[in-house]
Amino acid sequence: MNTFADRFSTSTAAGELRRAKALLEDDAEFSEASWGSEAGFGTLAKGVPTFSVPAVPSPSAFLRLHTDDHADPNCRIKIQHGTTTLAFRFKGGVIVAVDSRATAGSYIASGTVKKVIEINPYLLGTMAGGAADCQYWETYLGIHCRLHELRNRERISVSAASKYLSNLVYGYKGMGLSMGTMICGWDKTGPAIFYVDSDGTRLKGDLFSVGSGSTFAYGVLDQGYHWDLSDEEAQELGRRSIYAAGHRDAFSGNSCNLYHVKEDGWRFIGNYDISKLHYEGPGDVPGSAGKGYGYDIRVQSRNAVDVTAEA
Amino acid sequence: MSIMENNGGSVIAMVGKECVAIACDLRLGNQALGVSSDFQKIFPVTDRIFLGLPGLGTDVTTLKELFRFRVNMYTIKEEREIEPETFAHLVSSTLYEHRFGPYFIEPVMAGLSKTPSGGFKPFIAATDLIGCLNFAKDFVVAGTASSKLFGVAEGLWEPDLEPEDLFETISQTIMNAVDRDAYSGWGCIVHVITKDQIVTRTLKARMD
Repeated sequence: MNTFADRFSTSTAAGELRRAKALLEDDAEFSEASWGSEAGFGTLAKGVPTFSVPAVPSPSAFLRLHTDDHADPNCRIKIQHGTTTLAFRFKGGVIVAVDSRATAGSYIASGTVKKVIEINPYLLGTMAGGAADCQYWETYLGIHCRLHELRNRERISVSAASKYLSNLVYGYKGMGLSMGTMICGWDKTGPAIFYVDSDGTRLKGDLFSVGSGSTFAYGVLDQGYHWDLSDEEAQELGRRSIYAAGHRDAFSGNSCNLYHVKEDGWRFIGNYDISKLHYEGPGDVPGSAGKGYGYDIRVQSRNAVDVTAEA
Repeated sequence: MSIMENNGGSVIAMVGKECVAIACDLRLGNQALGVSSDFQKIFPVTDRIFLGLPGLGTDVTTLKELFRFRVNMYTIKEEREIEPETFAHLVSSTLYEHRFGPYFIEPVMAGLSKTPSGGFKPFIAATDLIGCLNFAKDFVVAGTASSKLFGVAEGLWEPDLEPEDLFETISQTIMNAVDRDAYSGWGCIVHVITKDQIVTRTLKARMD
């Protein structure tokens, strides 16, 4: 890294942050926040997000040293990593399904995380990677989608919204942002999904799955997917795929959150306990086969100790 | 990635009133991937001793057979069953034989030992992977969920629990601890040992 050039250049993300700071803060030593509340607007109080950067030659190297990294998982600040999220496009719109487990190392920190971020009534974002990064930037994206609406008297397209996000995270490339997200919605062109990640990748597609459990979800998704799925079949496929990932992947599980995006915006379908899906199935819902996904099929029939007899 | 966490799994043992209980999860994984939900880590040694072997999967199988061999040799030579205290020292010295290239296992033992008056006294013990013995009076834990097991057991355990209450305590402890550990779970099995019977139950646990 050319840290010298980085320090004084005006075109990099760090340089831009410095410039924004110089522009917005009269006395750089203290922010206005130190004098009291900024009414919950946090870093957005002045309209432009500004971040305090550590006073070291290379902020990204500093961050890498102190946060969880695949190369060196020991004694770091752990950031949420394990996840399964999926989204697919079909005749009837878009299905978005996610798990709800947050892990810090092997510790399951939470089983009730909302990994679908409701950007506005027509746009959903999914959360994989750094929870805070996804939450912050997708909420920030929501602000700009609203501003686009006010400026242009028309809703932003999924394509434009996702490009706004991907350009934004690309500006912070190399500074440690971690997010793998799917921006899903319905616009003039119909249902749309864009995969955006913190490397700056932006892909349009019909079917994506992101996270440590994505391979398991893809397995079920691929064998059950076709364009002409009915709404009920599609919802069931989303549920069943997240169950498969929650069951096999140690870092996914607890519950499944299911959303369906149609012409009139997204609708929350339900929250399903993955263990309940295993033993009893999703219950009385459209598309359900009416029995557990896993229990009868491969646990009870084996020669293991009888589970129910003595319980 | 630690070799002790490669396959996952946890064991806990608890003392009650004239009884002991030992429980384990049933998961065998390959890091994040769950492979089996029927991998027992607790093995009977005698009619009154159970041995739990959480740690590296291959060493669970190897050590189970090694201890079976050594206990059989002991029984033939001494012409009597091994006592829990003696067995604990057998486990300890067997592991220390491999001080510089250890088996990646942290054994947990539970049993009832004979008293001179003809009664039975509850006995639990655990060792680290090179055989340092820990004779506890309340409970012992080991495996990937050990820190979580300590927390729940510390909150739920009380002295002189009857067998039924001990079963409830150990079951709640392992189920709730294992639900906070990514590498343990996928079913649990509990053994309660009293002077005249052994009750074994498989628990309906979370499968994610």
